[in-house]
Amino acid sequence: MSIRERLSGNEATAYAMKQINPDVVAAFPITPSTEVPQYFSSYVDNGQVDTEFVAVESEHSAMSACIGAEAAGARAMTATSANGLEYMWEMIQIASSSRLPIVMALVDRAISGPLNIHCDHSDAMAVRDSGWVMLFSETNQEAYDNMLMAHRIAEHKDVMLPLMVCQDGFITSHAIENIELLEDNKVKEFVGTYKPEHYLLNREEPIAVGPMDLQPYLTEHKRQQTEAMNNAKRVIAEVAQDFEKMTGRKYDFFEGYHLEDAEYVVICMNSTAGTVKNVVDSLRANGVKAGLLKVRVFRPFPGELIAKALEGKKSVAVLDRVPLLNATGGPLYEDVTSAMFVEGIHVPTVNYSYGVGGRDVTEEQINQVYEDLQNLNDMSNPYRFLGLKERR
Amino acid sequence: MYNVKEVVANKPSRFTSGHRMCAGCGAPAVARMILRAVDEKDHVVVSNATGCMEVSTCIYPYTAWTDSYIHTAFESASAAESGAEAAYKSLKKQGKLPEDQNTKFIVFGGDGGTYDIGIQSLSGAMERGHDMTYVCYDNGAYMNTGIQRSSATPRFADTTTSPAGSVIPGKMQPRKDLTEIMVAHHLPYVAQTAAVANFKDLYEKAEKAINTKGGKFLNVLAPCPRGWGYATEDLMKINKLAVDTCWWPLYEVENGVYHITYKPANKLPVEEFLKTQKRFKHLFKPGNEWMIEELQKEVDLRWNELLAKEEMTNKQVSE
Repeated sequence: MSIRERLSGNEATAYAMKQINPDVVAAFPITPSTEVPQYFSSYVDNGQVDTEFVAVESEHSAMSACIGAEAAGARAMTATSANGLEYMWEMIQIASSSRLPIVMALVDRAISGPLNIHCDHSDAMAVRDSGWVMLFSETNQEAYDNMLMAHRIAEHKDVMLPLMVCQDGFITSHAIENIELLEDNKVKEFVGTYKPEHYLLNREEPIAVGPMDLQPYLTEHKRQQTEAMNNAKRVIAEVAQDFEKMTGRKYDFFEGYHLEDAEYVVICMNSTAGTVKNVVDSLRANGVKAGLLKVRVFRPFPGELIAKALEGKKSVAVLDRVPLLNATGGPLYEDVTSAMFVEGIHVPTVNYSYGVGGRDVTEEQINQVYEDLQNLNDMSNPYRFLGLKERR
Repeated sequence: MYNVKEVVANKPSRFTSGHRMCAGCGAPAVARMILRAVDEKDHVVVSNATGCMEVSTCIYPYTAWTDSYIHTAFESASAAESGAEAAYKSLKKQGKLPEDQNTKFIVFGGDGGTYDIGIQSLSGAMERGHDMTYVCYDNGAYMNTGIQRSSATPRFADTTTSPAGSVIPGKMQPRKDLTEIMVAHHLPYVAQTAAVANFKDLYEKAEKAINTKGGKFLNVLAPCPRGWGYATEDLMKINKLAVDTCWWPLYEVENGVYHITYKPANKLPVEEFLKTQKRFKHLFKPGNEWMIEELQKEVDLRWNELLAKEEMTNKQVSE
């Protein structure tokens, strides 16, 4: 029997970490993820986990310590947000290229500057091609469930890549929702123990991690990393199947909500999907064939599947919770449209930058998007803003 | 009693030949001797900051390290090692490692990776009390990238980012005293040493550091033939002059108590050290005598401070 509880997204994440019982957690405080190491520290200091908690002096050192710990043969975890992730950036790449299955809770927040502590996805998007598996979570339940699946994916021998579970800062991290938790023994059994093949603390087989890797080998090592990211697709699906068997909760690369017969589709990630679902319900009641495609697995990007799911639609809006600073479109938009191009699928697709720096996302705004999609005559400027207050 | 012949003959080199460090470089001799000070039964996890030592000793698919080794980045060697040490504690506690396994944690970084870009992670790891020994091999500049000034570069030295020009005659600021900064962390053991007198001072301090529990710091002078400008065979002579002029005093601080491990009977003038190196060549031009005088003043001041600290801290202990 699962346990019914009411937890915030941060509490749910910390609780999942407690049940996973990692060997090392290294973390540094930053809003809005601070609560994760905070809750976790109390588990450590009250003897509820076997974890060594390393209260590092910076996020750079948090990721460095996770790298050292994971390379040493331990299961290492961390949590961060925004500038913390940016400060880790150098080590983020070193973690993935060293093929260390570190798991991170990323509580998405706007990156500076100017300083803003509220939700958008600019932190996650800044590391999107760093070789990490990236799972997004609409609700506290999904943040919890994704965390329980994380190690099975990251530590799979065909993957061996770090993984981050993303959720929306404050919107889910600090909001208390009903949640179904699993019993400790079920989690323990599902997650399993980490048995690395090669590790620093194996005195019988001393290894060197992080060598100078020059022209003769680097290209092949990077190709192998690419293959690992591709393999992650299969493993993510397998783990989701096992998870469904245990919990009845189904997870896929993306979730379709009234997607199959939809004519007008909104694509987004994380908490905004909840608002979109409400709008879809009311539009459907009025006979508008609205649908939602909520991306859960952002890296590896399930481009082919998404493109095929969009085939035959009348129009699509991709919502990117980031500022558009490249004069071509947000990261999710670029990925979706290039996937459609590769598959030879052409559906008029527009892009909205929205919810930046925690700007509220209202049903009114989402309604406006569907309205736009039904009257999409002018594609001369597909790059748009949602909820903008200034006159343009 | 320390006997160099016995140590070299009987203790295997855990840092092997075949690495690509320059002839006449002070660093590999330091690394080899420090690892010889590890108990043969013990296993070591080395963490290495980016720098000459790293790029010359671990080029895929080769390594000169017979122990476990990790390199992450320039500034992160201490933090990565603190993670490995935390992993050791955790796995040991859970019975996931052999009971008789004894792993030592040793970090190697140059002065750039230690005094400058790595000082934050070093300070953090030391404050947290991880059981590890940090070894800074100090050659007083960023040698790997081509001799740029660091905060360890001595005053007036000619480097590629503090060239001895006609208006600005080299690096104008005195060097940072990192050993004292580490003393201020109240660590169980901090020492400054160099490869002199058959490595006795270096070996004994390394042995003490490695076998003391907690955060330990060794600052080791490691001359660089390219950066300092000397003939490769002069390495040991330069080390000797550095300590005989009190340019690089040999001392240790054990739980706050200072002990100067070498007091030259005949303290040589600093120019005896300076004149062996091209980086100080401009100091010997007519009209630049003041620079040598300034350096002598600085050396005397620091040496006298050290003598006073030794006296004061020992008096506190005996009281």
